[in-house]
Order: sequence, then C-alpha cells, then structure tokens
Amino acid sequence: MRLVLRGITKRFGSVVANDSISLTVEPGEIHCLLGENGAGKSTLMNVLYGLYKADEGEIELDGEVQHFTGPGDAMAAGIGMVHQHFMLIPVFTVAENVMLGNETTGFGGTLDLDAARDRVTEISERFGFHVKPDALVEDLPVGVQQRVEIIKALSRDAELLVFDEPTAVLTPQETDELMEIMRQLKEAGKAIVFITHKLREVRAVADRITVIRLGRVVGEADPKASNTELASMMVGRPVELVVHKDAPTLGDDALVVKDLRVVDLAGHQQVDGLSFTIRAGEVLAVAGVQGNGQTELTEALLGLQDDVSGSIVLDGVELVGKSTRAILDSGVGFIPEDRQVDGLVPGFTIAENLMLNRSFKSPFVKNGSLRLGALREFAQKKLHEYDVRARDIDSLAGNLSGGNQQKVVVARELSRDLRLLVAAQPTRGVDVGSIEFIHKQIVATRDSGIPVLVVSTELDEVVALADRIMVLYRGRVVGIVPADTPRETLGLMMTGERPQDLKDVAS
Amino acid sequence: MTETGNHPPAKDDEPVTGTATSTGASPLDPADPDPADSRNDRSRSMLREIASGDAMAGVLAVFLAVFVGSVMIAATDETVRETASYITARPSDFFTALWEAISGAYSAMFRGSIFNYIVTEPAQQWRPLTETLKFAGPLILGGLGVGLAFRAALFNIGGRGQMLIAGGAAGWVGFQLDLPMIVHLPLAILVGMLFGALWGGIAGLLKARTGAHEVIVTIMLNYVGYYLLFYALTKEWLLKTPGSVNPKSPPMKDSATLPKVLGEQFNLHLGFVLALVAVAVVWWVLNRSTLGYRIRAVGENPHAARASGINVGRTYTVVMMIAGSLLGLAGVNQVLGTVSSGVSLDLDASIGFDAITVALLGRSRPLGILAAGLLFGALKAGGFTMQASENISVDLVLVVQSLIVLFLAAPPLMRAIFRLPAQEAK
Repeated sequence: MRLVLRGITKRFGSVVANDSISLTVEPGEIHCLLGENGAGKSTLMNVLYGLYKADEGEIELDGEVQHFTGPGDAMAAGIGMVHQHFMLIPVFTVAENVMLGNETTGFGGTLDLDAARDRVTEISERFGFHVKPDALVEDLPVGVQQRVEIIKALSRDAELLVFDEPTAVLTPQETDELMEIMRQLKEAGKAIVFITHKLREVRAVADRITVIRLGRVVGEADPKASNTELASMMVGRPVELVVHKDAPTLGDDALVVKDLRVVDLAGHQQVDGLSFTIRAGEVLAVAGVQGNGQTELTEALLGLQDDVSGSIVLDGVELVGKSTRAILDSGVGFIPEDRQVDGLVPGFTIAENLMLNRSFKSPFVKNGSLRLGALREFAQKKLHEYDVRARDIDSLAGNLSGGNQQKVVVARELSRDLRLLVAAQPTRGVDVGSIEFIHKQIVATRDSGIPVLVVSTELDEVVALADRIMVLYRGRVVGIVPADTPRETLGLMMTGERPQDLKDVAS
Repeated sequence: MTETGNHPPAKDDEPVTGTATSTGASPLDPADPDPADSRNDRSRSMLREIASGDAMAGVLAVFLAVFVGSVMIAATDETVRETASYITARPSDFFTALWEAISGAYSAMFRGSIFNYIVTEPAQQWRPLTETLKFAGPLILGGLGVGLAFRAALFNIGGRGQMLIAGGAAGWVGFQLDLPMIVHLPLAILVGMLFGALWGGIAGLLKARTGAHEVIVTIMLNYVGYYLLFYALTKEWLLKTPGSVNPKSPPMKDSATLPKVLGEQFNLHLGFVLALVAVAVVWWVLNRSTLGYRIRAVGENPHAARASGINVGRTYTVVMMIAGSLLGLAGVNQVLGTVSSGVSLDLDASIGFDAITVALLGRSRPLGILAAGLLFGALKAGGFTMQASENISVDLVLVVQSLIVLFLAAPPLMRAIFRLPAQEAK
C-alpha cells in the first residue's frame, strides 16, 4: 500500500507540532522517521492513526484521500501500529489478545477462539515468529510480546505498519531479531514506517530516511550517511557523538557493596546478592535489559527500598538502614531513572526544583523559612552554567523539554558536595545536544575524584561512559568486564549467558 | 511566588491513549517515552486540577452559578409565570416581571449582605456588611484547613468532626473553668485548636502509617466526633447543663467569649480578626517556610519528594494536624463567638462542608480562600434578607454554592460554555 501524507499541519494551541509535513511511503519499503524527542514524529503518526485530527493537509492511501475519525477507521483501511508501550492484556493468551477488538463470534455470541488460534499460527509460521497461540502474554519475553503486537496488526490485514520507537525495551539481540522481521515484512510487500532516534538502527534497515526537526521535515538522508551526519541533521548543528575522556585517575575503594539483596513490595527478589566496588574517580556502568534489578539497586543505594539486606559502605560508613535524607546529606547525588516521577516536581519552578533535596539544612534555609534571595541567585547561576533553555528561573519545570528538565536535575545534584554520584538512565528521552552536555558533566564528576555509578539500558551510553561494566541479569551480576568488551559479548551477557573465557576485572 | 501561578497543563487533557502519552505531542510537552504515567495517581492529578486551577475559572464559575440561580428565581416567580402565559400578546409584561423578580432578589441580597440603603441610620446601613464578615470568619478558617490539605493532595472532608471536637473542647474550657479573661480566652482557643489538630492528625497518621485513604477516614471520624460530642452533652462533668434535658451546654463565661470588635451594636467578634491572621500565617507557611515548601512538594509529586529525602508520611500527618487546628479554630469561633449561648450538636452549622466549596473556589490559595470566604459569607447573610423581603427560599443560596462547585469540577464544561481554548498547550 502506498501512503502519501500531504501538508499535514497539527497545532496545539499556539504550538505547531507538525508544520506542513509531506511524506511518501512505498510498498516494500522501510521508511525511517528520524528525529529527536518532541520533534513531532509521534504526533504525525497519531494523525495518521486517526487519534488526532490534522488541522490542514490530507492522508492518501493508494490514491484515495482518507478521513479517519478514529483508530478503527485507520485499522480498517489497513494501517497497523506497533506501539512503544504494548497494548496487550497480560492475563490473556496470545490468541485472545490478537482477537481483542476484532472478535469473531459464533452462535449466541460465543468467541470463535479456534479461528483466532489458527490465524496466530498461520501468521507466526509465515514469518517465523515462533509464537504459540495459547501462551499467556505475561509469561512471554518483551521481544515476543512485541511480535504479538505485530501479529495483531497483521491479523487485520495491515498493509502499512508503523513501529513507534520499537527498540526502546529490547535487548540488542531482540533488536536484531526485530530488524530481521522488519526486512521480512518488507519482502512480503508491506510498507513500513519506523520511528526512532537511534542512529545505528536507522542505518541498519532503512531504505529511505526522513529527518524531522521541530515539527518540520528538514530533508531526506541517505542510509549510508555517517552517524555524525545524521545526528547533525536531527539536531540542526554539528554534534560530538563520542565522549572524550582520559584514563581514570583511580583512588581508594570508595563504595563497597556486599551481598546486597532487595525484595520488592510484591515479594519478588529483585536484587539477589550483588557485590561490587567502585573506586574514587571511576565510572562503573551497569548494563542490562530494563527490569533486571537496576531500579531496585539504585533505589537501595538511596534508601528508597524497604526490604534491603547486605551492606553498602560509602567511605567507611554503612548506608543500609539509613533514611533517604541521611544518605543524601552524606553526599550521595542521585539522578533518578525517571525524572518526571522521582526527579522533579513539574508544578514547581526551576528555582524551587533546584532546592528539592535541600529543604532541611542548606544555604536556602534559615530558621525554617526560605531564603528566596539566595535561591534565586543560585538558580540564576545554574541556569546559565548548565545551559538550561528556559525563559527564566520562574518557568515551571513541567513545561521544559526533556533535555532541559534533565539538566535541572543534573545541576541540582552536581551542585552539592558529592562523595558518590548515582546516575540512572541519565540521558533517557533527552535530545542529542543535551546528551553530549550531560555526558561531559558525568565525566567531569569522575575526573574530580568522585566515584560514579551509571545505570543505562542503552549499550552505547554504557560503553561511552564506563571504566568498567557490570552486567546484570535477573538481579545478579553476570560479570564485571572492561569497558572495551565487544558489544556482542555484552549483548550475550545481558541475556544471562556468561562466555566461557570471560574474566572479571577487579577494580 | 506561586500565589497566582498557573499550573502546567495536566496530561489528562490530551486524548487518553497509549500513544498520546508516549512521545511528545508538541515541542513544549516532550512527555518522556517512559511508562511514568501508569505510576501517576490519576485521581490525584484530577484533584489537583480542580483544587488549583487559575483564578479566572473561579470567577467564571461564580458568574455561571449566579446566572443559573437567576433562571431559577425567574422560573419560580408567580408573576413571571403568569406573564409568560401571554408573552406573545404583551411581551413587555413578561420582561418587566422577569427584571423585577431577578433584580429584586439580588438587590435584597445586596441589602442583606453589604449595605442597606433602605434604612437611614448609618450604623444600621452598614450592619449587613458586619454580618457578612461574621459569617465569613469561620468559612475562611475552614477553607484554609481544607485548602492547606489540598495543597498536600489530601482531601479533608473531616471538617465537621474537627469542628465538633474542637468546639466541644473549647466549650468545656469556656464554661467549666473560672479564670481571668487574659488566660481564659486564649486557653479555650488553644485547647480547641489542639483537639482539632488531634482529630485531623488521626487521619493523617493513619494515612502515613497504614495507607488508609484520608477521605474514608475523615468521613468516618465525622460520625465518631458527632457521637462523642453527643455523649459529652449527656454527662455533667463534660458538657451537659445540669437539670436540662436538651443536649446543650451552659453558655460560655464572659471571660471566654470572643469580644465584639465594633461595639455591642454589631455582632462581629474577634473570630474574624483571627481568620485574617490565619490567612496571613497560612500564606507565610505555604510560600515562605520550608515546611510549606515540603507540603507543596509532597502534594505536587510525592515520588520526587520521597526521593529527595522528604518524609512524605510525616508531612501528611503534620498537614492534617494544621488543617485540623484551622477547622478547630472555626469551631472555636462558633462556640466562643457566634453562638456563645452553649455548645450544641449543630455548632458546625455545615461550615465543615461549606469549607470544601470555599477552598475549591479559592483555588486552595490563602488569598483566594479569603475572597471566596467573603463571598460565601455575603451569600449567607444576604440569603436571609432575600427570603424575608422577596419570599425566595434561602435554599437558593445553597443551590448557587453547589452550582459553583459543579462548574469548578467540570473544567471542560466551563471551557465549552465560554468557548475557551483547550488547555492542552498553553
């Protein structure tokens, strides 16, 4: 199916999210939409999928102008969407999920599950998905769940498939498998729109690349273009993708974690006997697929988990059992993995957010009252120092872009007297320009002799920042390896496999 | 600082779909591609939107409610109905009747609440305004108590119980003890506030320790408070009047009565001054103190507050104690001031619930609550005159108050009526 978008414009109030975007996707083609977060890619796809109504422009499928009033129309017209967050019901089987919303029924409204089962088996065999129709979705690995989403779209005879940031939740291996699936679908004559901001993936599968910036098409790029060229197009200025750092100047053991165990509220052992050491002036990066204990590890370090055993010793002081406030006051800086949940108060101004973990004893507090003058002066300075793009220090944090929000968090944490920095997903959902800046700040922190723990699910980031890499799988250490370990080995380790010849590096 | 600050557009304004919350819908709203929203308590953000929207919404809600009230006045007016039956023949009759019904009602309300231009003696002319202030005092205090809890994202529906317990305790001090006024009055006020704080604090502590929802707990504590006071009114060593069968305590001693501030001819007593002081104190606490900073942080984002070392549970407890003491002061205002003839079971005069409306209309901000409290005080004072002189039921005031809440609680409805742009990208 041939898709033509012509002059699509979508405004939200005074903000133009899509500014006259035109795009053609041919059958048997993988068309990449490349752009930073907030560039308007998802808005465009939501227009295509009937979730938003375009203010101007038209959508044409095989030469016919479409007027979608909802996703139902789009699906009926042959458009399938694989969402970033799966729209599956965990306690249903694959077949039940696939038929959901499109149920075939027999006499008296009974569900025709057999038909759905056959359909799943048929599609699964045709594309080599290896999905069993009677498996419960909650038991399936994330990569397989994503295939269920694809089957769901294909079972409705989708000819155009939209993948919205599909690799965010996948391991490197699963990503490779997805790429293979996308190529197969292309061979089968499907038109594919692939939305992403990851350059490596774009170059691997794209036939054509359209780059979007600030709601506008800035041009087409050649799939053979270099990463730097693509990134520059995305950002609109030359960017540095490599993190420059010198060899670490290692000090004494600063953070010593021994046999750390964390049980979450549901009673699951999320961290299962972790032991590691970070020396002063060193970055230990934690690699692993999301959900393998990283969140619980960082939260345990900050005293945010209730059921923690083992020991965490920072500069000779035991942290397990201390309150979050005491841990913060003892000099632990924390960049949480989800800044909008744990890092910022969206309804607070930038200035107010900058004193969030210093409301007890700090230069901004005197006898229980706020010293607004000192706070404003500090905020002004940090706004400038950390290049936060905002109107002024009274702008609400919730109105900032992801990158600027993260800069506020980083500014707050690095402005304190630190003895340890815990940075979880420091650049998730952050634009390329800000990534560059934040990485430099993390390296500068390490160079000032502070031990740094970086947690990231992006292998690129882990490799770029790490002095040593610790790979986690199901709450356990698979291995602690040098930073120059090949990506394939790391990817394998992330699935829990430990290569035979692997040697752990001591600090 | 954030006194009149707009809040960011709530995510709920966008079409509620998975994709709408995934990547940014606009350059200014780059919602993260994280599953953050699922962790966000939807009801909390809803409550926040209702309780802290901008001031304009409040003004429009009042305007709309008054308009609907006018329609009701017209529809229930005999003359209007009669003239409507021959409206095509003589439309002027109908419109004259319509005008007289509505303008009559609202001018009666004006005479009863602000300035009575019919009488000639200046003191009598201004008497309605002092009545308005008298009624406004406890509404402002109660509104502050509810509004402060709103700022910590807590819904304090326990105003009634907090007022009853505080009023009972202050009343006990007020007639059982014999002390010089300089000790007696402050002691009665403080004891009342303390019991209010205790009653509110129970709900806060239960939420902090066990996660019990404060709405349920405060509602239930209203009943417990009511029957506790009922019990106290049957025991002479507590509140019962010896020899009386009525559940009412003896009158307050003069040394524990809030003095009249404008002389004996006006009913306005010190309670209103206390309310003004409370407005200033709560404003300072919320906007200038570290405690208020933490209260707002917990209310806006408890996750971030916790990750920043703020003890969320303790904050809940403290907030509910302060809220309870403010509502307690409202109860004290009744027992020692407005109705100093004795503690009775209806001492709260439904202020505990009206306070919720006041806090909502005041957008949970002290100055907004002051304005809303004055408005509601005026409605209360004016309603009686309206009933007396125009024969319009005083219940109309209640209807108008309820409509205000209804309109405030339905921002999309208001936007549709006034053709305001949607808030999705301010």
